[in-house]
Amino acid sequence: MLDRPAINPEETPETFTGNRGLDQEEPLLFEIGRLETTGVDVDEAPDVAPRLGGLERKGPIGLPGLSEPETMRHYVRLSRRNYSIDAGLYPLGSCTMKHNPRLNEKMARLDGFADIHPLQPVSTAQGALALMEELAHWLMTLTNTHAIALSPKAGAHGELCGMMAIKSAIAARGEGASRNVVLIPQSAHGTNPATAALLGFSVRVVPAAADGTVRAEAVRTALGPDVAAIMLTNPNTCGLFEREIVEIAEAAHEAGAYFYCDGANFNAIAGVARPGDFGVDAMHINLHKTFSTPHGGGGPGAGPVVLSERLAPFAPVPFIRRAGDRLELVEHAEGTQSFGRMTAFHGQMGMFVRALAYLLAHGADGVAQASKDAVLSANYVRAALRDVMTPPFGDQLCMHEVLFDDAWLKGTGVSTLDFAKAMIDEGYHPMTMYFPLVVHGAMLIEPTESESKAALDLFIATLRDLARSAQEGDTQRFTQAPRLAPRRRVDETLAARKPVLRWRAA
Amino acid sequence: MRYHPLSDVDRKAMLATIGVQDSAALYAPAPASTLIDAPLDLPRHKSEIEVERALRKLAARNVAAGSVPFFIGAGAYRHHVPATVDHLIQRSEFLTSYTPYQPEISQGTLQTLFEFQTQVALLTGMEVANASMYDGSTGTAEAVLMAHRLTGRRKALLSGGLHPQYAEVVRTISRLAEDSVADMPPDVDCVEDLIARIDDTLSCVVVQTPDFFGHLRDLTPIADACHRHGALLVAVFTEAVSLGLLTPPGAMGADIVVGEGQSIGNTLNFGGPYVGLFATRQEFVRQMPGRVAGESVDADGRRAFVLTLSTREQHIRRDKATSNICTNSGLCALAFTIHLTLLGEAGLTRLARLNHANAVALADMLAQAPGIEVLNQSFFNEFTLRLPCDAAALVERMAAKGVLAGVPVSRLLPDAGLDDLLVVASTETNTPQDRAAFVSALKESL
Repeated sequence: MLDRPAINPEETPETFTGNRGLDQEEPLLFEIGRLETTGVDVDEAPDVAPRLGGLERKGPIGLPGLSEPETMRHYVRLSRRNYSIDAGLYPLGSCTMKHNPRLNEKMARLDGFADIHPLQPVSTAQGALALMEELAHWLMTLTNTHAIALSPKAGAHGELCGMMAIKSAIAARGEGASRNVVLIPQSAHGTNPATAALLGFSVRVVPAAADGTVRAEAVRTALGPDVAAIMLTNPNTCGLFEREIVEIAEAAHEAGAYFYCDGANFNAIAGVARPGDFGVDAMHINLHKTFSTPHGGGGPGAGPVVLSERLAPFAPVPFIRRAGDRLELVEHAEGTQSFGRMTAFHGQMGMFVRALAYLLAHGADGVAQASKDAVLSANYVRAALRDVMTPPFGDQLCMHEVLFDDAWLKGTGVSTLDFAKAMIDEGYHPMTMYFPLVVHGAMLIEPTESESKAALDLFIATLRDLARSAQEGDTQRFTQAPRLAPRRRVDETLAARKPVLRWRAA
Repeated sequence: MRYHPLSDVDRKAMLATIGVQDSAALYAPAPASTLIDAPLDLPRHKSEIEVERALRKLAARNVAAGSVPFFIGAGAYRHHVPATVDHLIQRSEFLTSYTPYQPEISQGTLQTLFEFQTQVALLTGMEVANASMYDGSTGTAEAVLMAHRLTGRRKALLSGGLHPQYAEVVRTISRLAEDSVADMPPDVDCVEDLIARIDDTLSCVVVQTPDFFGHLRDLTPIADACHRHGALLVAVFTEAVSLGLLTPPGAMGADIVVGEGQSIGNTLNFGGPYVGLFATRQEFVRQMPGRVAGESVDADGRRAFVLTLSTREQHIRRDKATSNICTNSGLCALAFTIHLTLLGEAGLTRLARLNHANAVALADMLAQAPGIEVLNQSFFNEFTLRLPCDAAALVERMAAKGVLAGVPVSRLLPDAGLDDLLVVASTETNTPQDRAAFVSALKESL
């Protein structure tokens, strides 16, 4: 029978079950399921002689099942142990947790989108191709670019796509052997250097100036005939607009390098500024962040990449081509300069539907308003907290996210982590912590355009209360936090040192 | 705009707190030349009913698989997904949560990932699995890169039975990562001799079973040959339901098992989002790409789950990371794990048997049709026909008769001279009437 999870009676003496009212414990599926149980009525197979080439499974798999009501309860109970954007403010900087309209979900589930096969005849999927073409038109117009690759399946996959296009373009110029360096600012997402390294580039780090942005002069110094590209995020990961972006692009281009823009923060400027006008050659757009497709506990995302005229010929397959009143799908790279294929099939169609639904609902006017409101909300939080928390680069306007460091916590005995965990007890998801790496004890707050002023005011008041409490020496509130979550502080070191990655029968 | 809570009154008050005149002033850090001064040539916002109308119109121009007799597979399969699955994944706490970086308030996602990893390990016969990849094809490319890291060699051998688009993904990434790939020609009849090609220069051999043409392969001798030469066996599958009936790759000596999990819990979605399954041996776990959930305890000693082994990952290791991946297919993995929980061993086994039986029934009917040859001695729910005519044209003629018949091999391998081959799949969703419709449309279209 089922073993109850270990309960330390001195710490949690409240109940026999470990449940706390609505907060119910739930064992693992493997502790409650049974091999003979199923929650699906599958027809009995007709009697045929199997044609399995002698490769039938010999022993049991060991997969327990649950009946339908048990399944429902198992996952409903588990779901209640998650924080979500629908339940409260989720100020994760660089992650963009905004409202996920349910219309988008409903549209993505239409049979004409959800129940179509990627390899059914193109003549029977013209609506799907038209949807992809329309989404492509929106994205290229919002960015002022010439081509698009829809197939990348996430932001980092988009980075890979953009950098593969750049590597192919450089090879086509005959400079494949000599240009093998990529410039990346210190503050960049870790995916940028990882992507560059995967493609055999070496990374040269560009330092930031004292105000948190990259200077064109620093880029010029780092540029040389060995540089293939610069990967720059704008607005950057410190929440700041790169003021010298145009000069940086020009410098890169003059040196024969390409400009890859990490579009993670496009939601600050969509409808307000066009990356193509900065001189961007390639940029991925995180549909889940900018156009609110739900994050789903970690994915799936979608990372279409827009390309400049110079990189357009190298875009991966598949892509859509118009032939009279019909749309065709070009699925093979042969006979083109395309660098090849990044994924089986055509990309995250389900995300394309949601993103287009979002774009149609907003219109160009609403997309711009969303960006402006996101920037407004972040600056409002900044202005309301600047006297208690410390901005690392002085008091300057931010984009859609505001960065603080831990200087203001010095001497309190409270760390960034402690502060974040105390936010959980107040009913908030913590902000992004310790990123970007260039700032000590970084706290990156992204309120997004989805929050009302009342919600922001309450959030600000809570952070001020917590800040005061930390400074007044009420350290227990922080070091013991969270006290009111389904779990207290989890031992991450133990998990990494002795990895237990699956259940095993005792 | 219905999605934006701020009113103009709110905005004014907020601007006053910030100390700027208007929202344009907030963009002062951006050079004026980069700001849009005229409205973009795009439509203005639409009401909910207008958006719905526009999208329904597009959806109506597609032939939905469920509206016709449907026999297309080749890497994506139409199965019945119980209503409970979609209901549960639409719960806000799953749908609208982020990566579980704060384990104390993400136990729902973390425990389901831990359960998912266990299910994938059991199903594939391996020791550990990760929390999912983008899809089967990108997972295959990652498996090849992992084999390079583990062996210090940079050349993979791809079986001619590997899904052509999976092979294309591996070739693309390998070429641009300056690794090399040895290819086998398309292995229509499952006769290739991989073992003869294995030598000490290979990092891995990539073999699919059931393969692209539907043949089942015994991986054991290939695994043995790999191991003799210090190479790894990467086993690939595109139909996860097959694992309910077949000897798992782990029991045949595979070192890395990757595949597509779309078949369980997920709809066709015109190719995505899908869910890549990735499993390997315990000893390789620190070279495994992607996220992974692990078990630990909280400050009260209670069992708790947490993302772990992140020291392999890009946000810590940057250009030394095992992979640039920083996401997984969380919600699709959740759908997979819920559907598999509903099925359980008993249901999955039955479902797999029903798939196989339906495919056998169809293959037997088609083998009777004049001029048609079924190429497979063995298969699970998919097999290949040799036709007396061009398969792509036949598929179009059959589509016009309201039957979606299969995938012409020439669509994926246009230059292989295999224009007369058709890959046909049959699942539990096919009825005897569907099979009859297939046969009659085929005969009329030959």
